[in-house]
Amino acid sequence: MKVRIKFTKTGPVKFIGHLDTMRYFQKAVRRSELPAAFSGGYSPHMIMSFAAPLGVGMESLAEYFDMELTEKIPCDEIVERLNREMADGFSVIQAAVAAEGKAGNAMALVAAADYLITFREGKAPAGAWLEKLPEFLNQPVIETEKETKKGVRLIDIRPFIYEMKELDGGIFVRLASASSNYTRPDTVMKAFYAFLGEEMPEYAFQTRRLEVYADQGTEEAPRFVTLLTAGEQK
Amino acid sequence: MRKLALNDEILLQVDKAARYIGGEVNSIMKDPENVSIRVAMCFPDVYEIGMSNLGMMILYDMMNAREDTWCERLFSPWTDLDRIMREKQIPLFALESQDPVKDFDFLAVTIGYEMCYTNILQVLDLSGIPLLARERTEKDPLVIGGGSCTYNPEPLADFFDLFYIGEGEVMYDPLFDLYHQMKDEGKSRQEFLRAASGIPGIYVPSLYSVEYQPDGTIASFGPTEEGVPQTVERQLVTDMTTGYRRIRKPVVPFIKATQDRVTLEIQRGCIRGCRFCQAGMIYRPTRERKADELMDSAREMLRTTGHEEISLSSLSSSDYTQLPELVDHLITECREKYVNISLPSLRIDAFALDVMSKVQDVKKSSLTFAPEAGSQRLRNVINKGLTEEDIMRGSRDAFLGGWNRVKLYFMLGLPTETTEDMKGIAHLAERIAENYYDIPKDQRNGKIQINVSTSFFVPKPFTPFQWAGMFREEDFIEKAKTVKNEIRSMLNQRSIRYSWHEPDVTILEGFLARGDRRCGAVIKKAYELGALYDAWSESFRYDIWKQAFSECGMDIDFYTLRERGTDEILPWDFIDCGVTKAFLIREWDRARKETVTPNCRQSCSGCGARKYQGGVCFEGSN
Repeated sequence: MKVRIKFTKTGPVKFIGHLDTMRYFQKAVRRSELPAAFSGGYSPHMIMSFAAPLGVGMESLAEYFDMELTEKIPCDEIVERLNREMADGFSVIQAAVAAEGKAGNAMALVAAADYLITFREGKAPAGAWLEKLPEFLNQPVIETEKETKKGVRLIDIRPFIYEMKELDGGIFVRLASASSNYTRPDTVMKAFYAFLGEEMPEYAFQTRRLEVYADQGTEEAPRFVTLLTAGEQK
Repeated sequence: MRKLALNDEILLQVDKAARYIGGEVNSIMKDPENVSIRVAMCFPDVYEIGMSNLGMMILYDMMNAREDTWCERLFSPWTDLDRIMREKQIPLFALESQDPVKDFDFLAVTIGYEMCYTNILQVLDLSGIPLLARERTEKDPLVIGGGSCTYNPEPLADFFDLFYIGEGEVMYDPLFDLYHQMKDEGKSRQEFLRAASGIPGIYVPSLYSVEYQPDGTIASFGPTEEGVPQTVERQLVTDMTTGYRRIRKPVVPFIKATQDRVTLEIQRGCIRGCRFCQAGMIYRPTRERKADELMDSAREMLRTTGHEEISLSSLSSSDYTQLPELVDHLITECREKYVNISLPSLRIDAFALDVMSKVQDVKKSSLTFAPEAGSQRLRNVINKGLTEEDIMRGSRDAFLGGWNRVKLYFMLGLPTETTEDMKGIAHLAERIAENYYDIPKDQRNGKIQINVSTSFFVPKPFTPFQWAGMFREEDFIEKAKTVKNEIRSMLNQRSIRYSWHEPDVTILEGFLARGDRRCGAVIKKAYELGALYDAWSESFRYDIWKQAFSECGMDIDFYTLRERGTDEILPWDFIDCGVTKAFLIREWDRARKETVTPNCRQSCSGCGARKYQGGVCFEGSN
C-alpha cells in the first residue's frame, strides 16, 4: 500500500538539510516498526520519495513524502506510530492512502506552494512596501537573474507568482513549484527589494512553507489542491 | 521549543548548522534545577567524528543514569564557527541545554588521539576556562580527561585538573558521589582534588612533581603530599556480563556521522601482542562479551535508533571465539530487517570469505591484509603473526571466489628495519599479483588491483617499542621512496598502487605520544600561534609547530629520535596499566632477537594482566 505522509518541520530542526531529513524519516519509520517496503540488493533501501526539498533554514507546516508498506495499516495508526518516534520540531499531521503508479507520486504532482515570509527585526524594507506591493505585481514582466550551467540567464518570474499579499505583518506568496517553473521565495523577495530600490539585507526574513499543491485544473484555469487531497485514492 | 545558543543568522552562515542544535533522537534532556552535577562530555573534534565514538556514548548513557547528574555533549566548533564565536565573544555551549560550559561542574574530555590536543585548548578557550589548571578558580568547571592518550597524560598535565586512567565504567560513580558530597559540604576545589586523588584510577597532576637530570631525562617523579598514591592504577571492567554498560538508546545524529550505524562492541583487549600496538597492551586482558547478549543488544539498538547498518567493534575480531555463531545470527536477522552488516577487518580464511560474500558485493569489496612489515624477519621483530603463506593462501582462495582487489597495510621506520625489509613490501605485492595471474584466466575476474599503503611507525607508551627511536622527516621520505622505486621495478607494477602518509604529522604525533610535562608549553604556544584541527590534513600546519618549538626553546629530537635506555624513568611510569615493565623489557629484547612470542591463547607470557582475575587469562578454568 502506498501512503502519503504530511509532516511539519519547525524550530531548530529547520537547520537539517533535505538529504538528512530523508535519512531522519527512514530511521523514524524503522523505529516505528511499520512494515516498510525495501528495494533488493546488497544495500537495500526503503522505498520512500519526498515531494519538494525544503531549503536549510526554512520551516514548513506542510512537507510530504510517499512510502510503500507491505501490509495495510490504518492511516491514523501510521500517524500515531510515527509521532511516537519524532524528535522535537517534527510532527506527522496526516497520512492518506495514495494512488499507485509513478504519475501519482508526490514529487511529480507538485505544482505550487504557499510561503509566509516574516521579516527579521529591523530587516523589513525601509520604504512603504505594503503600498508598493500592487504596483510590483502590476508589472507585466519581472525579470530576475538565474544561474544556470550555461551562465546567468534572465527569467520573467511574473507568471510564476500566483499570489502575493500582506499577511500577519509579513508577506504571503503562492509560487509555481513544478520542476519546470520552480520559483524560490527569496528570488521573488530579491526582485521586490530591487523594485523598492533597496538592497536586500542578508538573512532579512524567515520563510515558512505553508502548503504544497498539485494542479487538477486545466492550463487556462488551474485548480490547486493540497498534495494530500490530490493523492487520495479514488 | 528549545532555545539555541546561536542565532539564525550565525547558523545560516556556518557549514552543517545541525552540528550545533542538539535535540537528536535519544539525546537526554533534564531539568537543571533537579540535578546537582552538570557534566559537559567533550570529544575535541568535529561533531560527525565525535558522535562516532563509542566510549563517549557509553559514558553519556552511564552518567545520565544518575539522578543527580546531567551529562551533555560538546564537540569542537568547526573553524567557521570558531571564528564567529571569537569575534562575537559567544561562550561555548553544550548541545542539550545550549548553556555555557563555563557554568558546568565538570568538563570531561575524551582524548583519543594526540593530534586533537590543540582542539582541547580551543574548547577551554572558547568556553572561557583558563587554559592552565593552576589558574582556574572555584567558579570554573573541573576539567577531567580520559581515553587512550591518558596512558601518557604528562604533555597535557598543565591543562587538566584530573585524569581518569582506564575504562570509565568503574570509578565515575565513586568520583561523582564524592563530588556531590563535598559540594554539599561546601568544600573547595583543592580539597576535592586532594580527596579524588585517593580514588583508584584518578590522577591529579598538580599533586605530583617532576625533577630532571642535566641531560633532560627525568630524575624523579612522585607525589608532593603524604597520602597521594605513588602509582595510579588503570581501571577496567573484569566481568563483561555484570560490569559492562550496555547502551540501550544511542543518540541518533541528524546529520550523517562518520559511523552512521549501530556499533556493537564484542570484546575488549587483544590476545596477539603485536609489539608496536598500544591498544594490544593497555587493554589487556582480552575480555569477550557473550554472543546471546550481543544479539539482544543488537536488536535493541537497531530498534531504538532505526539505523540501517550495524558494525562489530573490537580489536582483532577474528579472535572472538563466538564469532561464527554471532555473525550467522546477525546475517539472518539483519536480512529480515533489511539491515546492512559492516564487517570489521577479518583474518582472510574460508570463514571470512564466506561471510564477506554473504554481506558484501564481491565485485565492489576488497581484501585487506595488514602484514605491517615487508619481510618475515621484520614481522618476527614486531610479533605480527601473519605469514606470507597465510596471505598467499587467503588471497588465492579469495581470487577464486571472484575478488580482484587487495589492500595491503605496512609501517615504515620499525625498529631494526633494513633496506631489504622495505623492498620486501614491493616483493610481497608482486608475489600476490603473480599468484593472481597464475590462476587460469577463466577462473579469475579480470585484472588485479593492489593498493599498498604505508604509514610511519610511532612508538607508543606501554609497548615493547616504547624505548625505540624515530627518524627524521627526510629519512622517512627516503624510506617511502625506496618502497616506491622497488614497486616501480616490479613486473606487475601496473597492478600496484602505492600511497604513503605524510611524515610531519607522524613526527609530531611521536613527540606528543612520549612527551613529558615540559611539552605542554609547546602545545599551548602552537595553539596560540593558530594550530587547530591538526588531525585534519587541510588544516594541519607544521610550520606553526616548528615556530612553537623554537619559541619555547624545545628540541623535538630529544623526544622523537632518541632511543631510551630501559633504566630511564619514563613520563608514564607512574601508571600501572597491568602489563609490567619487566614484561615490556623482555619483549623489547625478544624483538631485537627476532623471537616471536605466542599469543595469549597459545600460552601465557606473564605480561602481568592476569592480576585482574578475568578475561582470557582464566578462560577454561571456571
